[in-house]
Amino acid sequence: MINLNPLWDWFRTLHETTGINLTIFYDPFDRARFFNGFLTSLRLMAICLVASVVIGVVGAWIQRSRILLLRAVTQGYVQFFRNTPPLVQLYFFYFALGSYVRMTTPTGLSVPAISNFEWAAIGLSLYAGAFNIEIFRAGIEAVPRETIEAAEALGYSRLKAYVYIILPLAFRISLPALNNNLVNLVKTTTISYAIAVPEMLYVANQIWSDELNVPEMMNVLLVIYVSLVGLLVFVMGRWERAMRVPGYSPS
Amino acid sequence: MIPNATDLPVLKPFRPSSPLPGGERSDREAIRVRGFLSAHEFVTPSPRPSPLRGEGEGALRLGPSHLLFLIAALLLAVGIGQAAAAPAAPSILATLIKWTPLLAQGFALNIAMSFLAMGIGTALGFALGLGLISLHRPVRGVAWFLTEFFRNAPWLVLLFYCMLLLPFELRIGDTIIPLPGWMKSTLGLSLAVMANVAELVRGAVNSIPFGQWEASEALAFTRMQTLRMVILPQCIKRMTPPWMNLYAILTVGTPLTSVVGVSEAMTLTGDILAAENRSELLVPMYLYLLLWFFVYCYPIARFTVSLERRFQVR
Repeated sequence: MINLNPLWDWFRTLHETTGINLTIFYDPFDRARFFNGFLTSLRLMAICLVASVVIGVVGAWIQRSRILLLRAVTQGYVQFFRNTPPLVQLYFFYFALGSYVRMTTPTGLSVPAISNFEWAAIGLSLYAGAFNIEIFRAGIEAVPRETIEAAEALGYSRLKAYVYIILPLAFRISLPALNNNLVNLVKTTTISYAIAVPEMLYVANQIWSDELNVPEMMNVLLVIYVSLVGLLVFVMGRWERAMRVPGYSPS
Repeated sequence: MIPNATDLPVLKPFRPSSPLPGGERSDREAIRVRGFLSAHEFVTPSPRPSPLRGEGEGALRLGPSHLLFLIAALLLAVGIGQAAAAPAAPSILATLIKWTPLLAQGFALNIAMSFLAMGIGTALGFALGLGLISLHRPVRGVAWFLTEFFRNAPWLVLLFYCMLLLPFELRIGDTIIPLPGWMKSTLGLSLAVMANVAELVRGAVNSIPFGQWEASEALAFTRMQTLRMVILPQCIKRMTPPWMNLYAILTVGTPLTSVVGVSEAMTLTGDILAAENRSELLVPMYLYLLLWFFVYCYPIARFTVSLERRFQVR
């Protein structure tokens, strides 16, 4: 383990000499809670990324179903979540639905059955999932009909053709749009601040309320988010280029 | 980057007709122009020969019936809430109607903020977008940095930034310009819009076939004239649908300002709920607010789709 104390001390000196008060580096308590906030943010992002892609894949499958009602419900879900503000959705989940979903502890207290972190994960996944369904559907529709017919001719069932033939191709076709949506999702996780999920923005708010170092914390926050999202954009861009279907779009 | 990292032969003969009539390079740029928001354009995919169903109609299209569905959900919630309510309390529907004028005021502020942010953001973004395609390397670098920075920053963080770090009034000489909270948060939103519009402009300009630049040069147009008379008029048409997407996304983003204390529809909903203090009101009230936004944004989405369709034909 590297001894980081000189680094922390440097930030203390920075504060004493220049007045730039970065408590998250030299104050162990602030450092711990900011780091926890960072981890919470990362966890929320990871969960929502995976869940929203799963929702997208399953939803796109349902949209190809032969049952009209299933398609109608999916389409209603997609349009509803896309045309309403994510923040209001989150409030709706947490305050409105959350007030009904309660359980009683052994001691007789009535507590919410789903924590705010879980509600944030659910709400954001549903929000991004709605976009993903449309993205995957567009990708699926771009898969040539001949390919699907060939799969049928080879005896693939509907599900098998979807899993082995359509989805891999559709996924690669829709990757650019998917990436954009996922990047948006990562940025949108900040709104879980509004229901007091202790993620980075929330923790930063606590810290600047305690230490009165608003400009420093704001800048730290902005730099961290910009570099985090920038990194994601970079990685996704590389992946996108590697996964591009040759002959599908001119490079 | 791994060039052609596959030997899948299946897609070779398939040529998607590009939504932008830009020829060779437009397809990738099209993704760039339109893909960044990944939003309403997917209601109708580009006019690819739809392989799964005939007539280019994919899954079920959304009709006005979905609005009915939404209203039905609201009424259901009202009904359930009503059943749970104490008999003496006024009915939930009456309560919703009672608060509608207040909610409308808040919603008007949302719309005003979205208009203002879109206006400021588009003006700034256009300039920034022209910077992105500048021939001058430092200008391009700075514009690139600004665009990437504001595109990658979460909107809420930008809002906090503007809210906490801008002064509450500007003093220019003797005149004092007050900067109320909603004004500051509008500025924060317009920064995000600016970066997205800049990217739109760049993508649209790049999607114009390069031959047009060369042709204009051959006709002795200066670069400025080429941009103004040849390139930008075409770009504006191409940019309109994604620009409207951006507007819809901005509009559903305005409730974020409630987090930083602007009293718009979301904040007022919270206030109303606090004033009524009836737990059975929670679900109907929030659904009601969602409905407001849906009713406003959904026609925009439809209009965007129809615009896209119209522009594709030409």
